[in-house]
Order: sequence, then C-alpha cells, then structure tokens
Amino acid sequence: MGIRFILMVNKQGQTRLAQYYEWLTLEERRALEGEIVRKCLARNDQQCSFVEHRNYKIVYRRYASLFFMVGVDDDENELAILEFIHLLVETMDKHFGNVCELDIMFHLEKAHFMLEEMVMNGCIVETSKANILSSIQLMDKAH
Amino acid sequence: MEQLKTIGRELAMGSQGGFGQSKEFLDLVKSIGEARSKAEEDRIVLSEIDILKRKLLEPDVPKRKMKEYIIRLVYIEMLGHDASFGYIHAVKMTHDDNLLLKRTGYLAVTLFLNEDHDLIILIVNTIQKDLRSDNYLVVCAALNAICRLINEETIPAVLPQVVELLNHQKEAVRKKAIMALHRFHRKSPSSVSHLISNFRKRLCDNDPGVMGATLCPLFDLISEDVTSYKDLVSSFVSILKQVTERRLPKSYDYHQMPAPFIQIKLLKIMALLGSGDKNASEIMSMVLGDLFRKCDSSTNIGNAILYECIRCISCILPNPKLLEAAADAISKFLKSDSHNLKYMGIDGLGRLIKISPDIAEQHQLAVIDCLEDPDDTLKRKTFELLYKMTKSSNVEVIVDRMIDYMISINDNHYKTEIASRCVELAEQFAPSNQWFIQTMNKVFEHAGDLVNIKVAHNLMRLIAEGFGEDDDDADSKLRLSAVESYLQLISEPKLPSLFLQVISWVLGEYGTADGKYSASYISGKLCDVADAYSSDETVKGYAVSALMKIYAFEIASGRKVDVLPECQSLIEELLASHSTDLQQRAYELQALLALDARAVETIIPLDASCEDIEVDKELSFLNGYIQQAIESGAQPYISERERSGMFETTDYHPQDHHEVPSHTLRFEAYELPKPSVPPQASTELVPVPEPYYSESHQPISTSLVSERESSEIKLRLDGVKQKWGRPSYQPTTAASSTTQQAANGITSHSDGGVGSSSSKPRSSYEPKKPEIDPEKQRLAASLFGGSSSSRTDKKSSGGHKPTKGTVNKPATVPKENPTPVQPPPDLLDLGEPTATISAMDPFKELEGLMDSSSQDGGSNDVMGLYSDAAPVTTTTSVDSLLSELSDSSKGNSRTYQSQTSKGPNTKEALEKDALVRQMGVNPTSQNPTLFKDLLG
Repeated sequence: MGIRFILMVNKQGQTRLAQYYEWLTLEERRALEGEIVRKCLARNDQQCSFVEHRNYKIVYRRYASLFFMVGVDDDENELAILEFIHLLVETMDKHFGNVCELDIMFHLEKAHFMLEEMVMNGCIVETSKANILSSIQLMDKAH
Repeated sequence: MEQLKTIGRELAMGSQGGFGQSKEFLDLVKSIGEARSKAEEDRIVLSEIDILKRKLLEPDVPKRKMKEYIIRLVYIEMLGHDASFGYIHAVKMTHDDNLLLKRTGYLAVTLFLNEDHDLIILIVNTIQKDLRSDNYLVVCAALNAICRLINEETIPAVLPQVVELLNHQKEAVRKKAIMALHRFHRKSPSSVSHLISNFRKRLCDNDPGVMGATLCPLFDLISEDVTSYKDLVSSFVSILKQVTERRLPKSYDYHQMPAPFIQIKLLKIMALLGSGDKNASEIMSMVLGDLFRKCDSSTNIGNAILYECIRCISCILPNPKLLEAAADAISKFLKSDSHNLKYMGIDGLGRLIKISPDIAEQHQLAVIDCLEDPDDTLKRKTFELLYKMTKSSNVEVIVDRMIDYMISINDNHYKTEIASRCVELAEQFAPSNQWFIQTMNKVFEHAGDLVNIKVAHNLMRLIAEGFGEDDDDADSKLRLSAVESYLQLISEPKLPSLFLQVISWVLGEYGTADGKYSASYISGKLCDVADAYSSDETVKGYAVSALMKIYAFEIASGRKVDVLPECQSLIEELLASHSTDLQQRAYELQALLALDARAVETIIPLDASCEDIEVDKELSFLNGYIQQAIESGAQPYISERERSGMFETTDYHPQDHHEVPSHTLRFEAYELPKPSVPPQASTELVPVPEPYYSESHQPISTSLVSERESSEIKLRLDGVKQKWGRPSYQPTTAASSTTQQAANGITSHSDGGVGSSSSKPRSSYEPKKPEIDPEKQRLAASLFGGSSSSRTDKKSSGGHKPTKGTVNKPATVPKENPTPVQPPPDLLDLGEPTATISAMDPFKELEGLMDSSSQDGGSNDVMGLYSDAAPVTTTTSVDSLLSELSDSSKGNSRTYQSQTSKGPNTKEALEKDALVRQMGVNPTSQNPTLFKDLLG
C-alpha cells in the first residue's frame, strides 16, 4: 500500500490538511491524529524523523510552524518519504511562492489537488513539479 | 508575527477578488487559525455547522458560494466533526459543468465518503459521463474519483471506459487510467485478471510519468506472482540504467538526482525479482554497482537510493563486490551524525546480517550507541537488529536489555511485540532452564496480559518435563527454584491472570513435592490467590485444582489432611458458584477429600502431568459386569448399526457415549429406520434420555480433570470441538462428559468418539514438531552459518523444548529457487544498442522493443508460461484432492473397523485401563452410588 495518510498539523496540534488513503471513520481519524501529533510534537530536532505508531511508521518533517506527517507501511523507505515531503513542499512553494500555513488554509482544495496528482492509491505516481502543477494552472487560467 | 503578515497578504488577495474567497470564508479560516485551544476550535466549528446547515438550505445558492460551503464542510470534517448533513451538496457539485467546481465536488466526496456509502450510486453516473468528456482535465477528475470511490460492485460500470482511456492521447489520462486499473486489481483481482497485459504495455509508455506510475501496479503484481514476470527483469534493469544516465526529462530531477522516486520503485521491484534467482541477480549486479558508485551520499535523496540498494542486495543473491559496497554504505550511515541515517544504517545492518553474519561485529560500538540513545525510534530499531543477531552466546544480555526496556515503556502495542520476542529468544536460546524460568517470570510479571496463552503452556510443560534427559535431580531442582520464585512473587499485588495460572498450576503440581513447604502453607497461598483475584474465574479454577492436587498428594502419602478454614470457606463458596466449571471443581475436590489413599492416588497420581493418559475405548473393565448381567437375563448389547429402533440399552455402556458429540455430522442417525427391523424394535422414534449417569461417574470425571490439569490444552480442544459438534451448554471441563451422557445418552453409537478423546490431544502437539523444527534449523543455518551448528545441537540435546516451535522468524532468507530460471530474454541484448542511440527518446525505443518482443516471442512466452502453469497446478490439485479423498475414505474404513472390531477385550486393553477399572471394581464405601444404575 505504501502511504496510508498524509497530515499537515501545526505546532499547536491543529490539523491543517488530512488525506487518508484507507478508510477510517471520523472517530478513528480523530484518535489517530491525536496520538500521532502528541508523539511527534514531543520529539526534538536531533531525534529521528521517524516514529513507529501501532502498525504504522510515521515519517515527519517540520517546516516553520507546520509539521508534515506521512503514515507509511513498515516496508517503506523512510528517507525517500522524507524527501517526498520535501518535494511536496517545494511544489507548493513553486505554486504559492514562499508557501506558509495560511496558504494551505486558504487554498485547501489546491493543496489537495496537488496531492491528488502526486499520490494515487497510496503510491507516489508523479514527481515532476511541472506535471503536478499543470492541471492546477490550467484551472486557474480558466477563471 | 509572520502569521499576521501573511494574513494581511491574504486579505489583500481576497479583496483583489481571489476566486471564491468571500469575507466570510476568510474570517472563518482566520478564526480557526487563531484558535489557541482545541476547545476554542471546537466552538468555532460547532457554530460553523449551525451556519452551514442554515445556508445550505437556502434556495438558489450561487455556485461559487456553494463551492465555498463545500470547502467549509471539508474543514468541519478535517477538524473532527460530522458534516454528513452536507454530503449531498458535494455530490451535487460533481454534476456541475464548471471544471473547478466539479473537481472540488469530487474532492469533497472522496474525502467524505467511503466506497460503500449509499450516495456513491448517485456519482457513478456522473463519473461515466465525465469519462467521455472532451476536456481531459474532466476525465482526470473522474479517474481520481474512481480511485477512491469505486467498489467491487461498481467496477463493471466504469471498467470498459477506463480500459479505453489507457490509450488516451494525454499522458495524464493514461497515467490515471492505469492507476484506476490498479485500484480495481486491489479491490477485486478477478475483475481485471484479463487486463493484466495492459500493465506490461504501459510500462513501455513513451511518457516517463505513465511508466513511473505503472511501476506501482507492477510491484503489486510481481509481489503476488514473481515467476510470471521474470521476463521483465532486463527491462527494469534497462529502465533503471537509462534513468541513472539522465535520459528522463529534467523535470523529474530532484536535488540533481534523476527521478529518484522511480529509481527507488525500480529497486523495490528488482529486489522481488532477484530474490533467490541467480540469473536475475547477475543481470542486476551491474546497475547496482553503478548506483553505489554514482550515488551522492551527501544528500538525503542519494542516501535514500543507497538504502534501497542495500535492501535490494539483501534480497537478491549478490556477488561479494556488491555485498562489500553495501557494507560500506551501511558503515557510512552508522558513522553519520544524523539520527535518520543511523536509523537507516541499523536497519540495513539487520537486513544484511542474514547474508553476512559477521558484518555486525565491526559496528559493535555504533550499535551500542544507538541502543543507549534516548531516541525511542532508534532504540527500537536497534532492538530489532539485536533480535536478528541473537545467538546462545549473547541471548542473556540481549533479552535482559529487552526486558528492561519492556518494563520502561507503556505502549501496549510495542510491549506485546517485544514481550513475544523475549519469549521467542528465551525459548530458542536459553542457556539454562533456571534462566529461562527467571526470564519468563519477568515477562509474565510485566506483560502477562499481553503474551500468548501458548507461552504459558510451554512454560508449564518445561517445568513439568524438565530437561528431558534422565536427570531427575536437575529436574527437581528446577521445579524447586520455580516454586520458590513463585512463592516470592505470589504476594505481589496485581499479577497478570496468565501468570497466576502458571503459578497456581506449578504450586499445585510441585508446591509440596520437595517437602520443603508444607501442604497447609501452599494451600494457604493458593487460597490467597483465589481470594485476591475473586473476579477471575480462570485463576480461581486453577487455584482450586491446585488445591485438589495438594490434598490428593497429602492423602496419597498417608498424611492427615487439615483443610484450612479459609480453604473450607473457599470450597463452600464455590459449591454455590454461578460458574458450572468452578462448581464442578469444588464438588470434585469435596468428593476427593472423602476418598481413601488408594483411590486418590489412582485419581491424581503424583507428578503425572507428563504421563500419557490411556483411555480404554473398549471399556473392557466392564466385561465381567456385563457377563454377570447377561447371565442374569439381561439383553446383550447390539451395536447401533444392527439396531434399527431405539431400545433401552443405556444401562449397558454409558461410557460409550462419552465423546460422541465430538463427531462432526452424525449421518448415522438417519440410517436408523432401515427395512431390516428386528422384532424387538420399539416404536419409540426419539430416544428418551434417562437420568442414569448420576454422581456415580464423579470419580471418573475427577480423573479426567486431573488429566486436564496436567495438560491444559488437551481438553480445552475437546471443549472447543464439542461446541461445534453439538449446541449444548458444556463448559470445557471434563465434567461435560458426564452431563453429555445425560443429554444424549442413548443415541450415540460406539467408540470412535471416545478414542478421539485420547488421541486428539496428543495430535494437537505433534504436528508442530515436524512442521517447524526443520524450518528453524534451516533458518538458523542460513541465518548464522557456521555458528548455527552448535545451536541446533544444543536444541536437539535440550530435548526439554521439543515444541518450542512457536518461533516465526521472518523468512526473508534468500532461498534457492527450485524452478528453472528462464534464460535472459533477448530484451537485454536488444536493449544495449538503444542505450547507445542517445538522440532518440529512450522510452519510445523501449516501447518498440517491447512491442516487437511481444509480437515475436515475448507474448508467446507469457502465454506459454500460463499454459504450462495452468495444467500443472490443476493436476496437482486434483491429485491432492484425490489423495485426500482416498485418505479420508481410509480413515472412514478405519473407524468402521474399530467399530466392528469392538467387542471382547484384549489383554493389552485390560492393562491400559487399570486406572478406570480400579475405580469401577473397587468402589469405596464413600461412593455407594457408584454404578448404582448399572448394578440396578
């Protein structure tokens, strides 16, 4: 399966974006997010960017006030996921220009659209920034 | 501060008329962003829910406004509140003609609904329409939705269109179509089994994005069935080569690394294909070597690829050079200051150690550092490594460390894992039984509720069986040390139930065996346990049975039994227990106390938990009695098949019916009204169960209970089986057998079932041995090479752990592939020239290659593989089925034989059932009712 979910959570533990690639109920999501955020926020910068949680491995990376957390299967390449997060951030940066938490909040759907291009069925399917952004740019132009 | 600035920026943007950003929406986002606590956030969201509920009901909401509402709904759900009241509006929005609105609608629907939601049916139609759209972005949006919303039942509704789209001119559409097919394959492999070839075709797509995406479904397919894709080895290698030679568009580069995510996916696939395949491994070795040389280990992404190479090498059959390169990369990781790289290094070490066991030694210090690191993640990874490199020489250190760590954490998920690993290692490598018991005590004490019940049974068996060599002295020392440690632990508050069961059992069996502790001391302790854990019926049951054993040993050795007042009150309490199991045990204990030494010794022999209990199926001990009865005019027994009606033969062999319910389906019952009706046939159609059994069987059942006590698993299994066999209320105790007779006394036929009571339990142990031991040995041999021989020796000599086979090492050891490997396809040879023609699009080239090969021999090969494979598997399966059939028929005939051969006793059987016979022949005065019914 690869990627199980992608979360963006700020320093206060507030969810800014959540995308799950397997179905969890609202309660399950809530519980999972709470546990993961507590675990990750408690860690310092020197420690690994990986945390085991239940049967997931969480790979996370912090950008200013925002944490990007990706839940993956056990046999996923953690370093690659770490770089995938960075690719996502670079892509958003390319689109928004100096991306920040509020860009994502105000353009939640766009952030989701980018993810839709990059990840399908829990697999990384597109890593070319130009390809990821082209459909969004076309849509923007149309309006 | 920074936030405020950006808010300003956004507000400016909003006022500029950014699409769909009303003041209301901006305010909402702002207030959510500024919420300082979860409670505040909840308040905002709850009021937002109220607002939206109202607004969505307003007539003629402008579309743009509606899009905003939908996104606000997404916010509500994202922040953990239910927005189901608005789902239908998201569904409606997918119908919109405007692309952005449509896509937003689809996005919201995929976030809100799971594939089985009722509303999905309203979307399928829209999806079908959108798949036909001229605007490829609309098609893409629909394909995105398909990947999230289509379930097994709705696949056929969109499948033909998706297949058509695989050849769409736009690469984005092809890519999403292949992923939709991937999703169908996951949801229902059979729905797309005829379309698998499309995945191969798309691998040769001239767009690298489509090719890269196709690797995902191919990875799944290959992990399900490696052999069918061996022909692609050289294609994957050639693609990887081209990627590393930077033949892909620059836009795929990431930090100067050409398409790293595609490289990693390819390496994962190669690991699957090269596993245990020398040929494939050789084809790969070149490109792997290149990767090691080229990879930039100063960047994260470079290290990610290096790590994937290590993984790949640990799966395939690598040459020594590659191994060396992998070891070098690992030591670089371990020497790094970055915790992330150390983590990867430890993981890599754990993988490589299977191939070259001595690689860990040079990194000892780094490993110890990681183990002592305060970072939990690193620590756990290191424990995983230690677990993989445990041998009998280091088991004590490692397991002690693991237990210390286990005690220190409170994450139950991981605690369970590490506890089971401790148990596994201890069972496998224990240097001494003493140490084993101490270790198990610690595990039970701190994680007793988390470990598997089998572990407890294994421990009990170890204590009972001892070394397995004829070293009685050592055995009794072992038992004494166990008893001593348990007496120390028993007063600790809040011990886990499973541990208490073990303690009770051991104290019952061996508490007084050594003479060191008096019966009243031990029984007092057992009563304390029963009192302290009065809500735990299983523990109480164990405690009562242990008490029974203690008293039995006392009676048997001729000492006078003083039942402590607290024991007396415990027994009395249990006599009135609501649990039939506890009640039965209490009654049995009471009955036992009234028996004389000889009877007691027969019922509960000293230290007999390991003795096999022979059950005389023939009930030959009754022969004398039968003879007598027949002489005095009773009807002789007619076996059930000879009987066609029902008549009252109950008084003959109540024992016969013992285990009959454990038969699965009793077809025999339907054969009763046969034409050959003997004159005596009674008109009764339904057997009338007579309450003949009564307490007379009490002693027998007691003995059975002791049997049960001695090897818990045995009769539990019986209980389970009975549960399926017959919907009666039996508890799992042997007591059930007596009640069973009452319930269906007469109808049962002869002895098959009774036999199973003795044979079944043993067979429940035995299959483990042949199943796991050889595998373990093989694993050990391949895992640790030379040093393993000593260990296997140890294990075989340490016969005390014959069934410690619960070990499940991940069997990722490279195995020799028995199937003949296909000769490398021509693709590689053809592939080389294309690589040299740099001016041309490599993927187009590759596509051409693949096409031609599939026209020529490639597709034939594939088909050949299928056609070859299919008949073989079918024939073998038929064979096995047939053999099974014949087996079962053999089994049937055997049971018939045993039925027909039932009759006069053999001498052997006579000896076997001494135990039961003694009770039957020598009824004690306290049991005047024994066999009263039989005697009339």
